[in-house]
Amino acid sequence: MSTSIANLSVGRRIAGRARPPWPLLLLAALVTLATLIPLVYLALRAFDGGLDALAPLFRARTLELVISTLALGLAVVVGSVSLGLPLAWLTMRTDLPARRAWSVLAIAPLAVPSYLLAFAFVGAFAPRGWMTATLESLGWTQVPSVYGFAGAVLVLSLATMPYVVIATRAALARLDPATEEAARSLGDGPWQAVRIAVVPVLMPAVGAGALLACLYAIADFGAVSILRYDTLATAIYSQYRFSFDRSGAASLAILLLGLALLLVWAEGRVRRRAALATPHGRRRVSRTVPLGHWRWPALAFVGLVVLLALGVPVLTIGQWLAGGTVETRALTESLEALRNSLLIAAGAAVLAVILATPMAWLVARYPGPGASLVERLLYATYAIPGISLALAFVTFTLNAAPLLYQTIFALVLAITLRYLVQAAGALRGPMLQLSPRTVEAARSLGEGTLGVLRSVTLPLLRPGLVAGGMLVMLSALKELPLTLLLAPPGTSTLVTELWDAAREAFYAQAAVPAAVLLAVSFASVALLIRRGEVEA
Amino acid sequence: MPRTPFAAAALASMLLVTGGNVAGQDADDPLTVYSGRSESLVGPVIDAFTEASGVPVEVKYADTAELAAILLEEGDRSPADVFFAQDAGALGAVADAGLLAELSAANLARVPAGFNDPDGQWVGVSGRARTVAYTTTEALELPDSILDFTDPAWSGRIGWAPANGSFQSFVTALRVLEGEDVARAWLEGILANDPVDYPANTAAVEGVAAGEVDVAFVNHYYLLRLIAEHGEDYPVAQRFFSDGDVGSLVNVAGVGVLRSSDQPEAASAFVEYLLSEDAQRYFSDSTYEFPLLEGVEADPRLPLVESIEAPDVDLSALADLQGTVELLREVGAID
Repeated sequence: MSTSIANLSVGRRIAGRARPPWPLLLLAALVTLATLIPLVYLALRAFDGGLDALAPLFRARTLELVISTLALGLAVVVGSVSLGLPLAWLTMRTDLPARRAWSVLAIAPLAVPSYLLAFAFVGAFAPRGWMTATLESLGWTQVPSVYGFAGAVLVLSLATMPYVVIATRAALARLDPATEEAARSLGDGPWQAVRIAVVPVLMPAVGAGALLACLYAIADFGAVSILRYDTLATAIYSQYRFSFDRSGAASLAILLLGLALLLVWAEGRVRRRAALATPHGRRRVSRTVPLGHWRWPALAFVGLVVLLALGVPVLTIGQWLAGGTVETRALTESLEALRNSLLIAAGAAVLAVILATPMAWLVARYPGPGASLVERLLYATYAIPGISLALAFVTFTLNAAPLLYQTIFALVLAITLRYLVQAAGALRGPMLQLSPRTVEAARSLGEGTLGVLRSVTLPLLRPGLVAGGMLVMLSALKELPLTLLLAPPGTSTLVTELWDAAREAFYAQAAVPAAVLLAVSFASVALLIRRGEVEA
Repeated sequence: MPRTPFAAAALASMLLVTGGNVAGQDADDPLTVYSGRSESLVGPVIDAFTEASGVPVEVKYADTAELAAILLEEGDRSPADVFFAQDAGALGAVADAGLLAELSAANLARVPAGFNDPDGQWVGVSGRARTVAYTTTEALELPDSILDFTDPAWSGRIGWAPANGSFQSFVTALRVLEGEDVARAWLEGILANDPVDYPANTAAVEGVAAGEVDVAFVNHYYLLRLIAEHGEDYPVAQRFFSDGDVGSLVNVAGVGVLRSSDQPEAASAFVEYLLSEDAQRYFSDSTYEFPLLEGVEADPRLPLVESIEAPDVDLSALADLQGTVELLREVGAID
């Protein structure tokens, strides 16, 4: 074990001495510049407002909001990990009945927009909600309130739990059982073996998934506003909504970014301690752990999580459909919206994978201050509330590329940049595994550049490329603020249709795009898992 | 390098994505409308405008305040010709930035004074009134003013939706008209009566129908929608106040033309169409809002908009929702 770590780190250091090739640097530089757009915009906007723009920062309320935002972010880390980690392990490594189906059901909630989940939860668990009524009729009279901190943590943990599931599954797939067995053969007990051989590999993956969950939660507006929990993000929206104050909003957004970068830095510290333990070489498939009499409690846990994350919104949509008549207009419009949603999501997924590959390579192969800065900028873009990000792209496009303003190109590019970190994160593990020595070995066996690519590079990167593409695609499918504000006039997507009808309480109309959205997400996750593109 | 096949795939998908759109853009130079009102409500009337005038329209639907923010960001480079807003506050913010053009006197004169901008930069299109929905299953004695619901006799009988935007504009009007102290005392008085919190207006009216509460403070059109859905024997009616009581605040959705518009004639025609008899009848019949054009009658179950004697308040001055939200929070009406 320790020898393999030493070898790996020596190998990385040797590679680290060489300078990255210039096309790689150029592409990375372009992406990095693009991630600076929102930061420059926010700084200019805040500066524009003069001293007045700083006023929101010095309200006593702002300190409360900083605390409530951090509390939410950290609680969602705990929540998403305690749901996602067991789900990933149970659906991948154990003899849980119908494992594959549960795998799909554990990842599919990713395409349920968090505001839809929050809305469904309010409908179900608010006083007089249908779930509350059911629970009360079963004798549970003190159903806790869905509003406030607890509700926001529960809903956002459920909404972001798939990030942890996906990252953990990828790490579990890379885990070499030989290491664990070696530790045990050297006399370590099972827990000790897990600590030495499993934790160091899982930690970075779980950390990366939890970080995505955490940043999603602190930048979220839809769910927290429905659940009446105030964070910096709701305060930023209030600045736009109630005061039309873009400068005050910008200074609050900068504060939120500061918190996000603090969290990114903290996660980086945790990760660095475990970074070098990635195994490499030929793997064997790990054995399946028999659950024994834990089988039923495990099944109950998985079932309950899926019921909450997927069942509650699906039942809510069912109620909407049952509660009114759907106009045919809604059906034909949903068809066009479906086409637009698919094209935008596919475009963003493909573009994200292309842009993330060199970024991930750079970060994995040439670690250093430059690479971490680039990575942190990607996280920063992810943690900016949608409306601020949209306004940044509005201003940038109008000034730098007016011809692209409110075109589908600019929309796809903006969505790609927002979620690029997801694709880069999914590629991080496979990139570390792609040791230069593997490539050299293939070369020495007479393979040309294309041959190496085909026989070594792509097969090793493939799980990361697919997982990254899937993450970005599902995120793009549910993206609302960027789509509303940056799409060409007259372009509707499934989420804009859903939002448009739901905000007027035309729930039967909202049900159609919502159901299609869930079906598309479910089908794409199922397809990828079935074809073995995502480890099952 | 892994880039080649991906680049090809990306190019292909980008071409697919943009397929119909790039070509379509210069074709007829459509009128661009930013609509803060949802497509479910105003889509049909915009389609009807195109049919009547032959002018194609592209609409960007989003939240009213977010569209105002985009317009402020775009400045004079906005592709928008028309801003169709849910409330007067957003129109006021855009007008204050000097982005709206003055409307024609004819368009301004189509609605009663008070429903258009004193500076002539926007005009109201349809009205919504605050009202009290009440149960018809028992005889109730309703007070003459919304302010009197603080009477302990109403304890446990009131439903409201304090997180709702329309409710908050009403509280803002209350603050403007009667002062902060009256507004605070009223909220505290209602809270002392243990009102039932509903997440939305519709849910509050349904709460009245279900017998959970006797009255609910809501916008007027939700009840008419629910009657259309459930039938005439729906056990709820609604009460409008008189004598300029703030309980019958009438707020408007309105429209303005961007100064930077490159087709001011078409934009003006659009505004004119929204204030035409056809469009006003649509609002009356389909969204159950108050038509503002004289001669077009509101739904027969509604009083005349003039007869409501709504309070005399400058609608675009109702912008301080922030202060209202803070007040609601201080008294504990919202978390």
